[in-house]
Amino acid sequence: MYRYDEFDTRIVKERVEQFRGQVARRLSGELKEDEFKPLRLQNGVYLQLHAYMLRIAIPYGQLSPRQMRALAEIARKYDRGYGHFTTRQNIQFNWVALKDIPDVLADLAEVEMHAIQTSGNCIRNVTSDHYAGATKDEVMDPRPWCEIIRQWSTFHPEFAFLPRKFKIAVTAAEHDRAAIKVHDIGLNMRRKDGEVGFEVHVGGGQGRTPHIAAKVSDFVPEGELLDYLEAIMRVYNRFGRRDNKYKARIKILVSETGEEEFRKLVEDEFAAQRDAEKIALPPEEIERIHAYFEPPELAAKPASSDSFEKAKTADAAFARWTRVNLHPHKVEGYTTVTVSLKPMGVAAGDATDDQMDVMADLAEAYGHDDIRVSHAQNVVLPHVALDDVYELYRKLDAAGLATPNEGLISDMIVCPGLDYCNLANARSIPVGMAIQEAFSDPDDQADIGKFHINISGCINACGHHHVGHVGILGVDRKGEEYYQITLGGRADEKAAIGQMAGPGLKADDVPVALKRLVDRYRELRTSKEETFIETFEREGMQPFKDAIYADA
Amino acid sequence: MPLIKDRREVDDIWAYVPDEAALSPGGCITVSLARLRSETEMLLARNTEIGVRLEPADDPHELEEFLDRLALIEIDFPKYTDGRGYSQAQLLRRRLGYEGELRAVGHVLRDQILYMNRSGFDAFETERAELPSVLDALEEYSAVYQPAADERVPVFRRRHGKD
Repeated sequence: MYRYDEFDTRIVKERVEQFRGQVARRLSGELKEDEFKPLRLQNGVYLQLHAYMLRIAIPYGQLSPRQMRALAEIARKYDRGYGHFTTRQNIQFNWVALKDIPDVLADLAEVEMHAIQTSGNCIRNVTSDHYAGATKDEVMDPRPWCEIIRQWSTFHPEFAFLPRKFKIAVTAAEHDRAAIKVHDIGLNMRRKDGEVGFEVHVGGGQGRTPHIAAKVSDFVPEGELLDYLEAIMRVYNRFGRRDNKYKARIKILVSETGEEEFRKLVEDEFAAQRDAEKIALPPEEIERIHAYFEPPELAAKPASSDSFEKAKTADAAFARWTRVNLHPHKVEGYTTVTVSLKPMGVAAGDATDDQMDVMADLAEAYGHDDIRVSHAQNVVLPHVALDDVYELYRKLDAAGLATPNEGLISDMIVCPGLDYCNLANARSIPVGMAIQEAFSDPDDQADIGKFHINISGCINACGHHHVGHVGILGVDRKGEEYYQITLGGRADEKAAIGQMAGPGLKADDVPVALKRLVDRYRELRTSKEETFIETFEREGMQPFKDAIYADA
Repeated sequence: MPLIKDRREVDDIWAYVPDEAALSPGGCITVSLARLRSETEMLLARNTEIGVRLEPADDPHELEEFLDRLALIEIDFPKYTDGRGYSQAQLLRRRLGYEGELRAVGHVLRDQILYMNRSGFDAFETERAELPSVLDALEEYSAVYQPAADERVPVFRRRHGKD
């Protein structure tokens, strides 16, 4: 993974001192709250319902064991013993005191981490495929370019006060696990005639007005990527709406301008760049960054492991977990492990300080020091030898980290909701837990198969409800919480926005309605191999709508 | 209003004349882009230097034909959260080659001045920041990640001994 050099180290330390000064000027009254707000936001500091929240960047979701331990230490020292992994592959701490934040940032700087641009109307943490560098289905490893984009976007002087926040995602795999079509910019890496480049999608997004991104270019050669991104950013910064924050994202600019006209604006701006304006990243810098992402040295192993096969026969729970939580590795004899942060009764994405320490230890012992955070709020150990999987599993299980539900119905994306967030209209976490309860039988879950439920506590859609196979949106109606159900959303390469099934349900009615929906799916599917989303796309809304409202 | 130019506090000899006010016969003035366009001949015939003030929605390309006659371009930040002025500045400096004074006016705060300076501003009209504080702000970072309209060399060049 990338390691800071003297320059990166200096920049992050200077940031800590700058923020320390800003906090001091705020406390002395020199800075007014409305002037301080964007400064603290660009450092990931939000004022939440009960306290300040600090969001820490985990660039493209990658962590070292040392960094994971530092996060555990922050949870212990400054928070209440846990942290919350987010859909942006970041981590949030919900109970940090403002006065402590400069010290937390100083601790983070020691392990090459920061909270820069994790909030505010600027370019946010770049996200990527959590299996990057390990999965069979990628044309190359997208992380070096994520790191290049991270550096380019850090303190970019022209794009710090955009109309609204700006999110970039990069994938290089056939199956899109980075949800690039619901990002402000989504990049899909390609090879063409021996050259590396990017397919560029612009204007995707969720929130109040969900949009699937428009493809703006089929292929931008890697050497021109940053210049092309600058052209898009400048068009957005100049022409994006600033009169209404709900219409300020680039998706609105793209849809109001029209895809054709928007593409022309970008192409014209790109063509007008003079040589002196080009970023001209030296090839040796591109090589330098790529060198950090060399694959780990994996000892040659046979494609199948006797000890692994034996353990599966002997331990049925282990066998079940391996069927669900492993993903094929590009190297024979290895696999990629998902550590589920979605056990029953725990808020999605939460991990305790001890669990973080365990994951750090296990990544060192069995995972070549590599840890990822997925946008589905789980943790991934990308490189594990099949020979080691059973031992790893037993240690995960002892720490409550071996829930066999990756991608299944209980592996939900859930925003913090009204329990924590001052934007929310309704609670999300209890609804998610009630659904988990309704589908608690692991055999039942395995029979249902791939099934994504995403829950948001308000229209801002932090829980990605628009792109859940089943989306659940909490709304407030005259002081009572209701939950609207959308069906048919997906965030992958076939990205689609879910359609509203009908009127909202009361919280208590949601799990039973979903039970009926799932039963209907089982009746309609052509085989167990046909997933819910496939059945939905074949059958359409009606049978599922009927099932949801069967008792109405 | 205090004016900081080229890292010094200087006297401001310029006055902005709003569209509805009559032009004084002498003195250095700035006017809106609309007025520059509608009263071009009269303005350029003056014996004093002339400048323009851009509002966030103005297109800096419209200044192209006037650039060698302008001694000052002011870019207004009515609210500091409106970042269009940064793009206007970069376009003027890097695309259109403007070399005269580029001044940030309006809601100009200490913590924006480094970004402004990197985008090409060399002057800041600010009542909310004292000179020592502004000088500190300009030095808060010893390295930058991307080229802009200033002289700072990005780290991707410094790493490889290219200054």
